[in-house]
Amino acid sequence: MRHIISILMENEAGALSRVAGLFSARGYNIESLTVAPTEDESLSRMTLVTWGTEEVIEQITKQLNKLIDVVKLMDMYEGPHIEREMMLIKLRAVNTGRQEIKRLADIFRGRVIDVTDAIYTIEVTGTSDKLDAFVKAIAPTDIIEVVRSGVTGIARGEKSLRV
Amino acid sequence: MELTGADIFVRCLADEGVEYLFGYPGGAVLHIYDALYQQDKFKHVLVRHEQAATHAADGYARCTGKPGVVLVTSGPGATNAVTGIATAYMDSIPLVVFTGQVPTPLIGNDAFQEVDSVGITRPCVKHNFLVKDVNDLAMTIKKAFYVATTGRPGPVVVDIPKDITAQKASYHYPKRVSMRSYNPVTKGHPRQIKKAIDLMLAAKRPMLYTGGGVILSRASRQLTELTRLLGYPITNTLMGLGAYPATDKQCLGMLGMHGTYEANMGMHNCDVLIAIGARFDDRVTGNIAKFCPTAKIIHIDIDPSSISKNVKVDVPIVGPVDQVLREMVKVLKEGKQEPDAAALKAWWKQIEEWRAMDCLKYDRDSDLIKPQYVLESLYEVTRGKAYVTSDVGQHQMWAAQFYKFDKPNRWINSGGLGTMGFGFPAAMGVQFAHPKETVACVTGEGSIQMCIQEMSTCLQYGLPIKIINLNNGCLGMVRQWQEFFYQGRYAMSYMESLPDFVKLAESYGHVGMQITRPEDVESALKEAFAMKDRLVFMDFLTDQTENVYPMIPAGAGLNEMILV
Ligand SMILES: Cc1ncc(C[n+]2csc(CCOP(=O)(O)OP(=O)(O)O)c2C)c(N)n1
Repeated sequence: MRHIISILMENEAGALSRVAGLFSARGYNIESLTVAPTEDESLSRMTLVTWGTEEVIEQITKQLNKLIDVVKLMDMYEGPHIEREMMLIKLRAVNTGRQEIKRLADIFRGRVIDVTDAIYTIEVTGTSDKLDAFVKAIAPTDIIEVVRSGVTGIARGEKSLRV
Repeated sequence: MELTGADIFVRCLADEGVEYLFGYPGGAVLHIYDALYQQDKFKHVLVRHEQAATHAADGYARCTGKPGVVLVTSGPGATNAVTGIATAYMDSIPLVVFTGQVPTPLIGNDAFQEVDSVGITRPCVKHNFLVKDVNDLAMTIKKAFYVATTGRPGPVVVDIPKDITAQKASYHYPKRVSMRSYNPVTKGHPRQIKKAIDLMLAAKRPMLYTGGGVILSRASRQLTELTRLLGYPITNTLMGLGAYPATDKQCLGMLGMHGTYEANMGMHNCDVLIAIGARFDDRVTGNIAKFCPTAKIIHIDIDPSSISKNVKVDVPIVGPVDQVLREMVKVLKEGKQEPDAAALKAWWKQIEEWRAMDCLKYDRDSDLIKPQYVLESLYEVTRGKAYVTSDVGQHQMWAAQFYKFDKPNRWINSGGLGTMGFGFPAAMGVQFAHPKETVACVTGEGSIQMCIQEMSTCLQYGLPIKIINLNNGCLGMVRQWQEFFYQGRYAMSYMESLPDFVKLAESYGHVGMQITRPEDVESALKEAFAMKDRLVFMDFLTDQTENVYPMIPAGAGLNEMILV
């Protein structure tokens, strides 16, 4: 099953390579990985999307916890949570296609953020599924470039990941 | 007053109580060596190869429980040390390894003797540090010792650029350190302990399976008390030998690929398995799908990631082995419940039948020297009191099978990584730690040649190690697999042009002996061990065709041993 694991780690040089190295050394899957500083500059927060059996996910969280730079982590799938990913997508938009793409972007609550007479660049935010659906709705020949941020997530309600 | 980084380094080690620093100099660590030259708080041991420095420090750590400390230069010094670091990592041995690094401004420029030591060692250390500011040096060293020695121990590398060792800072060595991201467990959960005891006492066919964690946790006394209290059979892994007295009749010897018949059959047929400080290594479990088919499993370990990694367990207890066992003994003594005496009697009867198979028997009437006989004689001549280090191969398995360790920290071998070349330098570390004790290194003519240059170190420091070279003229363990599984196609397992080990030992200034007949084995050993202040290289020419039995072939279960 797919899991989203959020990790607070010491903002040290090499911390990211410890996580990446762990995944390659032990043969775990990574679907996406994002990392950025937090409001506390000594910490960075990483969000990692992985998949595997329950046993594998258990090992992944244990092995991550064992890394000395990892302060705390949370498997988002253990409770209700919100997951978001952002996509910027550059599309060929000419003649009647322009109208259609605009309509489609509206349906997905996307925004046109850059325009030329032949191009629309659209920003869409949502779950990975929603972004996949948007990409599928466009004719492949019209897609020029897709860039996705990778997933981030946060627990719903009172629950939070902090030191 | 401000000190240079090099002086800070020396002061930190002195304040940490380091006795020996095993190392080898080079450009990046010259400031440090200059500072070492001007101090007398601890001794520096000059090895002949950086791999040997790490193994010697490792041997020191295994026999004392204290961290081993190493200093090597950048680049090739660091890469030579990697085998020793990985060896310590696989067996959870506390080491602190200092590697010199090129000056900070040159890092990343492919400077002379630059390697990314932090990157290279990352997968085989518990943690590593690159010191980027001389003001952080003392704290980083403190953290390194703290991380290496607490929780599940392991090697820690500290990479120190040369300019840092010349810069100045005020010196303060913290007494204690705390790290928000590192908090090893200090107590097992009482409810889990209670649950485990209930399960243990309900057992009809119990089995204790204990590993290196018992020794690392110095829990041998608690383990012995618990085992005697319960009256259950116990088996030790290769790493766990000596944690429970091998001469005691509750002890079934080693288990696993070359374990005893009684230990492996006991494992396979037990209904409750109590795993203590052991990690269900593949050399122990055989085919995982066939492992302990009828057992409920209790697992005590300090490392949560060891639990249910290879084998799903029913009652996990995360905590230090010594504390958990002490608690178990207390609860058992206070409680009214007792083991099921009738069931236990029947179980022991079955075990004794397995034991009667005498699975370690060998031909005692041979005209050739049988390696097993050399080890039995070694045990007799040293009255079971030696510290025994070993290399890797058949001789290692025979040593584990035939030398009965009654005490922990006496059996020193590379179990996890299986590093040929480990035994001899490890013996140096043991001899430094215990100058008055008898230290024997059991090796083969293949393994000994991987670190043989250390004979020079032994002369320099007067280390009276006894080398027991079981010279079968081939890479025996490889040959055995080729005989069993490759129809006797002995690819590259025979070495020609072996040196004359007697002359070699003599040229290094030591005593060499060659023993070719069984009737000379015991007297030669006596003669060698009587030379208290000399290194003696004993070259035993042994039967080349001898194999290690029992053996569990790949894919088989613990009950599917090949016997003699
Ligand atoms: C550094 C290293 N290289 C290769 C091996 C693979 N290996 C395991 S046992 C063995 C043979 C060891 O021969 P020897 O030291 O003569 O001991 P014997 O098995 O004959 O007792 C080899 C090559 C190893 N364990 N370590």
